[in-house]
Amino acid sequence: MSNWVEACTSNDIDEEDVMRFDHAGKTFAVYRSPDDEFFATDGLCTHEHIHLADGLVMDEIIECPKHNGRFNYKTGEAKGAPVCINLKTYPVKVEAGKVLIQLG
Amino acid sequence: MVIIGAGECGVRAAFALRENGYGGPVTLIGTEKHLPYERPPLSKEAMVSEDHPSPRTIAAESLFNEKNIDFIGSSTATSIDRGEKRVALEDGRQIPYERLLFATGAIPRPLPLAAGSKHCTTLRSFEDALAIRARFQPGARIVIVGGGFIGLELAASARKRGASVTVIEAQSRIMMRGVPEEIAKVIDTRHRDEGVTILCDTGIVSFADNAENVAITLSTGNVIVADLAIIGIGATPVTALAEASSLETGNGIVVNDWLQTSDPDVYAAGDCCIFPLAVYGGRRVRLEAWRNAQEQGALAARNMLGAQEPHQAVPWFWSDQYELGLQVAGLSDEGTQTIRRDLGDGAFILFHLAADGRLVAASGIGPGNSVAKDIRLAEMLIARGATPDIAQLAASDVKLKSLLAA
Repeated sequence: MSNWVEACTSNDIDEEDVMRFDHAGKTFAVYRSPDDEFFATDGLCTHEHIHLADGLVMDEIIECPKHNGRFNYKTGEAKGAPVCINLKTYPVKVEAGKVLIQLG
Repeated sequence: MVIIGAGECGVRAAFALRENGYGGPVTLIGTEKHLPYERPPLSKEAMVSEDHPSPRTIAAESLFNEKNIDFIGSSTATSIDRGEKRVALEDGRQIPYERLLFATGAIPRPLPLAAGSKHCTTLRSFEDALAIRARFQPGARIVIVGGGFIGLELAASARKRGASVTVIEAQSRIMMRGVPEEIAKVIDTRHRDEGVTILCDTGIVSFADNAENVAITLSTGNVIVADLAIIGIGATPVTALAEASSLETGNGIVVNDWLQTSDPDVYAAGDCCIFPLAVYGGRRVRLEAWRNAQEQGALAARNMLGAQEPHQAVPWFWSDQYELGLQVAGLSDEGTQTIRRDLGDGAFILFHLAADGRLVAASGIGPGNSVAKDIRLAEMLIARGATPDIAQLAASDVKLKSLLAA
């Protein structure tokens, strides 16, 4: 169970921002926090399947671009209406400038 | 706590009462038989989905049970005794309240000329959507009266299903209200590229029903035949019960910045209320928007519990037509100067500034949700009354987030 997949390089994402990453028919969102840590979640909002990577990152919150559903991207926790289902998160590590996500 | 109206606003209020620790009875009264559902998809996904659509519920039945919210569907509140603090339902039930919330929304404005026609309809409910969807067939002639959001979203949906579409707009361009001309032009062009006929500066003289269709005589003298005509000329707030209860009403139920009506135990929120918009110095507005319904529902709930929290949000709305996504934060008519920022892929944002340099609104259009991030940042700048540098607003390589930090 150590299926690490390269999503991007650490320079591909600005601090406090997010990028979409598609892999094996699934879509993910990869985040770089204001304190320069990397995180990953499922790419679609649990409310209406909108790509979260089009949304705004503020501190540890990603906001859905459509209905402002908010999640903590570090924990996946849904932060209130209209979203009530948490977001799945994935382990991330950075090696030699590459951002790797553990998908299995 | 009793809430009249089980749309987005009323439902949000009901759950917000629980989220804010209220443990007493919560009753939510709705006229429709369905569990409360979302209306935005009715003009879009529900029209074009391959599978037969079902209402997209706002919350599962189990959640209403878990939060002990008593949802009464298929029911109309007929009178309110404000002295005794009771709501009467049409079936004779009397429901006592401590605080009452009107979340009755708005209904399509009727077009008197079309009143007698059986080939004319409007869109509000899920049943309306099903009936319209059934008529969106290849070759069907659909006429849409009114070039606003609902009409244009339906036009896009009808085209996707192969119907031929004519939009009739009385004003000189589509989306006159709330959308700047530069953006309306993009949407106008997109519709025309899809083969939609858009007739502006065009009035309607009469509707004459035939057995299977309706002949519409235009102010130009032309007659067009429609298998179905959809009237989308705006909405009127549902205020009859509030009026009958002697609450102050105008273009909506009049509320103060706590969303309280002229009776301190009665609140109103969402499309049905007219309220002072703090971000523009208390200008009184009524909004017909999903996000406003949500935010005001939640705010009304907190204030019904004594929070005394003023409304402060910036208006925000969106529309999806074909692959284009439109988002607007603020009311662009507050602006006297417009600055354009291009985002690539044809997407752009117009920033609207007041004479004193304050950013008062931002309107954006582009593929998908390409303008969402920047519109959200603009909304934050608007909320704080920022006076951003014009050159930086226009410069695509200057991050809007950096202006927020300034």
